[in-house]
Amino acid sequence: MEFFLISMLNSVSYGLLLFMLSSGLTIIFSMMGVLNFAHASFYMLGAYFAYQISGWIGFWPALAIAPLLVGMVGMAVERYGLRTVHKYGHVAELLFTFGLAYLIEEAVHLIWGRSQVPYAVPPSLEGAAFTLFSTDYPIYRVFMMAVSVSMLIGIYLTLTRSRIGLVIQAALTHPQTVETLGHNVPRVFMMVFGGGSALAGLAGVIGGNAFVTEPGMAAAVGPIVFVVVVVGGMGSLAGAFLASLLIGIIQTFSVALDYSIVDLLAKLGITIGPDAPLAVVWNLTISQTGPVLPYLLMVLMLIFRPKGIMGTREG
Amino acid sequence: MLEVKNLHAYYGKSHILHGVHLQVGRGEIVSLLGRNGVGRSTTIKAVMGQVEAEGSVIFKNEQMLGLKAYQIAHKGLGYVPESRDIFPTLSVEQNLILGMKGAKPDKSARWSIEDMYRLFPRLQERAGVEAGMISGGEQQMLTLCRTLMGDPDLIMIDEPTEGLAPKIVELVAELFNEIKNRGISILLVEQKLAIALNISQRLYVMGHGHIVFEGTPQELRENSTIRKEWLEV
Repeated sequence: MEFFLISMLNSVSYGLLLFMLSSGLTIIFSMMGVLNFAHASFYMLGAYFAYQISGWIGFWPALAIAPLLVGMVGMAVERYGLRTVHKYGHVAELLFTFGLAYLIEEAVHLIWGRSQVPYAVPPSLEGAAFTLFSTDYPIYRVFMMAVSVSMLIGIYLTLTRSRIGLVIQAALTHPQTVETLGHNVPRVFMMVFGGGSALAGLAGVIGGNAFVTEPGMAAAVGPIVFVVVVVGGMGSLAGAFLASLLIGIIQTFSVALDYSIVDLLAKLGITIGPDAPLAVVWNLTISQTGPVLPYLLMVLMLIFRPKGIMGTREG
Repeated sequence: MLEVKNLHAYYGKSHILHGVHLQVGRGEIVSLLGRNGVGRSTTIKAVMGQVEAEGSVIFKNEQMLGLKAYQIAHKGLGYVPESRDIFPTLSVEQNLILGMKGAKPDKSARWSIEDMYRLFPRLQERAGVEAGMISGGEQQMLTLCRTLMGDPDLIMIDEPTEGLAPKIVELVAELFNEIKNRGISILLVEQKLAIALNISQRLYVMGHGHIVFEGTPQELRENSTIRKEWLEV
């Protein structure tokens, strides 16, 4: 019970962080048709910016400034990069974001070095928030959840209650028609790209010190974010939300479960000896297969339900 | 008011329009006729900045070619696409609100949401419904009303009566007269010859990417050669 509750809390906080990353990616994809390979790089930039800024003026200002800076970088990338590349088609855009991801990684190498930086949780957020059975649950995890949930509510209110939100929703399905009605769609694209980048940056600010801040962090989280978007359904925010939580649960629980097929069969009274064919496979524990489970889920999803949990477009 | 001269348009490598000339005066209903695929829709898309085009499109003494679609809309040109393109996840009322160019209703605008509901009470009944759920006829009214909410001086309408029941076609024709009475010009792409002859002051017939006939409904009725060659199937 204790294991279950703690793992559940960790799943949710990790899942919410994933959603902060994937929400921007999925909106950008359905509006602009661009699968942004550099999205996780903005997550990394958020963490490094926050590390640098909190060294100068503290964590709290960094929490606000770093995502804004990342958002501005994102807007500049859209305005001066993607918009120019757009006329050469989606392949060119894809290659552009691919190259950008490498550029950002190299820039991080040059400025902050190749090893991890000591970006730590601020002292005011250290310690335990509450004790569940015998486990102290850290304040910082609760803080992460609070930031993610307020972002979630913020995105929801912006999209459903504001005029710009209506324009964005309409542009998700018919960007050209929205433009013929007199709305400056290129500017909306730039703002959405900037907003999505800022969200990724914010995820980096609160995720960078909870996990590690190092040049490989973008490459580590990037593929998972794509899994979330594919499993949730391209362009669906609600789908991305469900998929984020699902992947969060799979990744958190699988790490701690040491069962294998051999154990399962043993419970049913069937024993498999070490000499049985493919014994290595039957002896694999869930925790050993943990890292590959999200990708397995994605592959199965693409085969059996290519539009994802809540996606509207096929394939 | 609108003067199109020597308009050429391209989809990638294919050359669709080969020098189109046409004019629409203030408060005039002008129809653009022709068989499918002769470039009628492309002509109004080119005017609206939706396809690559060369030549000249003068609207209210300003060149439109080279402007972005949203800038053209702000100059006072409205466009109703053949595909209707209503925003399916938004409510009927939200669709109308998005027709307005500014955040607040413009006091000097010729149309308000109340006008639209008066003209089409059906839209008011469905105001809160997701626009993707309403019928094809209702969607056609909605897309027309949505463009009118932007208060255009000239509205270009692509195939508004396609697939509509005769009763609704009548309603749409009534709306065109109401639009004209408020001093707004209409450039209409229409397949149904009877409607076009009935409501237009002037007509153009297109064939193979250029204009092959220009005249009044009376002149077209009398010119059976043109009708046989370019319109009748």
